[in-house]
Formats: sequence, structure tokens, C-alpha cells
Amino acid sequence: MRPEVSRAFRRGAAAGLPFILVLGPFALLFGVVATEAGLPVLETFVMSVLVLAGAGQFTAVQLLAEQTPVLILLAAALTVNLRMAMYSASIAPYLRGASHWQRALAAYCLVDQNYALGLLEYEKRPEQGIAERLGFYFGVVVPIMPVWHGFTLVGALVGARIPDAFALDFALPITFLAMVAPALRTIPHVVAALVSVGAALLLAFLPYQIGLLGAALLAMCAGAATEQALRRRRGKGVAWS
Amino acid sequence: MELNGGKVWLVIVLLALGTYLIRWSFLGLFGRKTFPEWVLRHLRYTPVAVLPGLVAPLVLWPEATGGEPDPARLAAALVTLALGCTTRNVLASILGGMATLYLALWILP
Repeated sequence: MRPEVSRAFRRGAAAGLPFILVLGPFALLFGVVATEAGLPVLETFVMSVLVLAGAGQFTAVQLLAEQTPVLILLAAALTVNLRMAMYSASIAPYLRGASHWQRALAAYCLVDQNYALGLLEYEKRPEQGIAERLGFYFGVVVPIMPVWHGFTLVGALVGARIPDAFALDFALPITFLAMVAPALRTIPHVVAALVSVGAALLLAFLPYQIGLLGAALLAMCAGAATEQALRRRRGKGVAWS
Repeated sequence: MELNGGKVWLVIVLLALGTYLIRWSFLGLFGRKTFPEWVLRHLRYTPVAVLPGLVAPLVLWPEATGGEPDPARLAAALVTLALGCTTRNVLASILGGMATLYLALWILP
């Protein structure tokens, strides 16, 4: 490896390492919650290795526990993961010179951390070649990915032994709430969340979680429409813009 | 309850494939294209569109109490949400929420 590439890799690793403190406990929790919901240890571990997306995995486990039909479960969990299409679109221009295999591998490990840190790095150092960019990109994930896999396994092994008295049935709802709350940073996000809650409760009588899908669609449209309405109003309100 | 057998593996494999395709979309498949603005506008709201709708019935009608609203679980949910909005720290919110749940289950009859 050329020295500047290994420097970029180490810079990425240094930027990514602090996230171990977040990902470790989060993976542990996934392992515990999944086994608590009835998923065997092996299935829990394999899901973390193959899917590598926390919120989508939690969604899948909850819907598996509710005996949701496969197609509806996939639609809901993949909708949660759809934000990564945005990541893919914004990071792709920077990795254009990479080979097919490198991009295929980069796709597997595209997560919140290397997306956010990568964009910052590439904007700060536009002179970098593709080898350095890839070095940084993989530098961020190589040290933290095994933490996600490993702690899921630990959580799954531990979770199978925790007695019911610990009320872990509610760990999953609490995790969802903790993931959603920080995302409620603008008015359109709050509107989307409220529409999602309202519609999901009103449509809860529908079988197979169809209500959840309907609520998600309505909420997405409500968020987008609110964003557009706010932008239009701001465009007109020259006095206070 | 045990969740195993073919359905679980089917879900794991299809979820993995679907998630991979989402990640690979622009890195591998569409190359130089990008999203039109109206698609981006909807994508921005995907997590907040699904997760709140998923969690609302679990909070209001928890299975552990036979679907009856439960003060301890409601309190835990409110504390988690409040901590998440103020600290923006996911782990702190989870710990605060679970602590509230245990405290409330211990205090309330």
C-alpha cells in the first residue's frame, strides 16, 4: 500500500473508532432483543452480518414476532433502509474511479459513519486520488464493523439467559423511540412522525400490518409536502428571510 | 415464542439482498445518475415515516399487559422521547427509558 493510502486508511480508522462506544452497546441490545423476541442465536448473528443496518434489523425482528407476512415485513424494513439510497447517490461521485469489485464491496459496508465522515473528508481534501478515498472509506468501517457483528453475538448469547422479570419486552419500543427522537429536528420531520403515529393507530384494525405501510406512505408524503410548503412560504416572506 | 424455520431464513436473505441493492444502487448500478429533487424530498422522511407508526401501538397497547395501557411503560416511553429530543444521544435515551421503566414498575402497584 502506498504511504499516502495507508495514511488515509489510518485517518479513517481514527475518525471511525469513537463510534465503537455507540455501536457496541447498540449491537449488544439488538442481540438481546432479537433472542428475547424468539429469534435463535445463529439467525440473529447471521442477520447482523448480512444486513448490517440497525434500524431495519430491529423493524424486521418486531414484525417477525408479530407474525407479519413476508412481503409486508420486507416492505416496512426496506423502507426504513431506503435512506441509504441517498447515501449511495451522494458518495458515488467520489468513488467513480474504483473498480467494480471495490464498489461492490464499498456498497456492502456503506453505513451512517463512512457516509457522513467520507463526505466531510472528500470535501476537505479534493486533491485525493481514488486509492486514498477508498483507503479512508474502508478505514472508517474495518475497525467498527466487527464490533457490530461480535457484540450482536454476545448479546444473543446473553439474551437467551435473561429472565422475563427484566421487562425486556419493552426494550424494543424504547430503542425505536430513542432512534426516532433525534431525527425530529425540523417541522417536516415532526409532521411526518405525527402522521405516522396517527394513521398507524387509526388503521391498526387492518390485518397483516397493512395499516403500518399505509401510515408510512402517508407520513412520507406529509413530510415532503410540509417541506415544500415551508420553502414556498419562506420564498415569499422576504421581510424575515 | 420460538421464531425459526424457513420463514425466518427467507426474511434474513431477502432483507440482506434488498438492503444490499439499496446500497449498491448508485455506487454500482445507476452510475452517473442521481435522484430528482421530488424523490429526495420523500426519501428524507423514510425513517420517521415507518418507526413512529411501528412503535405507537407497542407503547399504547403493550402485549406484556394483554394490550391494556400501562402507566409504567407509558412513563418510560415519554422519558425516552424527551431525552432523545433534548440530548440527541440514542444510548443515553435508551438507558434513561429502561431506568424509568424499572423505577415505575417497582413504585407502581
